[in-house]
Amino acid sequence: MENFARDAVEFLPILMHGVALTIVVTLGSLALSTLLGLVWALMRVSGIAPLSWTSAAIINLIRGIPIIVLLFYLYFVMPDLGVTLSALQAAIIGLGIAYSAYQAENFRAGIEAIDKGQIEAAQAIGMGWGLTMRRVVLPQAVRIVLPPYGNVMIMMLKDSSQASTITVAELALQGKLIASSTFKNTSVFTLVALMYLTMSIPLILLVRHFEKRAGHR
Amino acid sequence: MIELRDVRKRFGNHEVLKGITASVTKGEVVCIIGPSGSGKSTILRCINGLESYDAGDITIEGTPVDRNAASIVAIRTRVSMVFQRFNLFPHRTALENVIEGPVFVKKEPRSQAIERGRALLAQVGLADKADAHPTQLSGGQQQRVAIARALAMQPKAILFDEPTSALDPELVGEVLSVMRKLAEAGMTMVVVTHEMGFAREVADRVLFIDGGVIVEQGPARDVLNQPQHARTQDFLRRVLHPM
Repeated sequence: MENFARDAVEFLPILMHGVALTIVVTLGSLALSTLLGLVWALMRVSGIAPLSWTSAAIINLIRGIPIIVLLFYLYFVMPDLGVTLSALQAAIIGLGIAYSAYQAENFRAGIEAIDKGQIEAAQAIGMGWGLTMRRVVLPQAVRIVLPPYGNVMIMMLKDSSQASTITVAELALQGKLIASSTFKNTSVFTLVALMYLTMSIPLILLVRHFEKRAGHR
Repeated sequence: MIELRDVRKRFGNHEVLKGITASVTKGEVVCIIGPSGSGKSTILRCINGLESYDAGDITIEGTPVDRNAASIVAIRTRVSMVFQRFNLFPHRTALENVIEGPVFVKKEPRSQAIERGRALLAQVGLADKADAHPTQLSGGQQQRVAIARALAMQPKAILFDEPTSALDPELVGEVLSVMRKLAEAGMTMVVVTHEMGFAREVADRVLFIDGGVIVEQGPARDVLNQPQHARTQDFLRRVLHPM
């Protein structure tokens, strides 16, 4: 225990650099996946067949490819096609795209759970599709979507560790580097696990807060 | 102002409307009665384009109703609708429900819409409920907010789709009395209803629909008191004397 404390004091500053990158990767890919997911979901429920099919095809394509392969593709293959991305950019884009499929399915479920009468009421006061979505459907869908969205946030935080496979020195990779140079596997990986856990807890609380607030309406 | 000519509509193999021809003039109150599944609601839903129709013509003040045309927005702002299940927006207050259309569809200045919205809520007896959310209101209060929401569009006509059918019996009266006042003020109304008392007292004309056709129509007293057709007689007997 004393050793662990000593190791913690020694390694924490280095690991904190990893934490910073973990947060950047998570927030970046969360934003991208939310945006893309919303686009896929809206295409899917648009009622316009070509858009709906395209969206379904994209979602299935993304779902069928492992995140790690997507990351390799962006980081190692894209340069051959003339697009060079930094490791961080590739990580954010790769995770963002990978998770957009899950976000889209979540958003679609939320949108489709809204009572048809709501859409008719919106139409009956002259709202078009865009206005109906923006003013009536999406604000209500948010309440349904938030709990699973929170779970996606937590999964993305943990899956940001996959960015280590394309040399992004986030928390997991920092830990691995320290462990392989000091052989203090137990201390280092216990610290790493605790730090991921520490970051997850505020997210869990945040989601619970959202749920409570939405439940009041 | 509302004209239907030989309107036909089928859902799959089932023909719901088998040629409906009818008209509603300005200021008229028309009640549509008939058994469940006879196509009453479908007629209303076709009039403001919530439902498409397969053949025939529907026009509102001369404008054809086509739910896929850009003109449908203008039609819906002229012909409002009140639903059986109220369909208030649960994430907005009563006042916000009322001003939603004026502010976001008709682009009225918000302050002006709020002022008129409050007046409309007062008109339906809910001045003190402006800031309540729909879940905090009784069914009758919700339906009155829905009527205020329909009025906020300053429509030429309002379609009522069984407005009291989802209400507890003791709440029916408050909604009917608001509708009666509207009728007295000269609003053009088409009301699908099972409230025969309301039809008798308020309607100028009654249409009896069965099996997708208008079986009988005429002044409310004639149709309700001396129905000519056996189907109308049978229906009225069952509605008025259920035991």
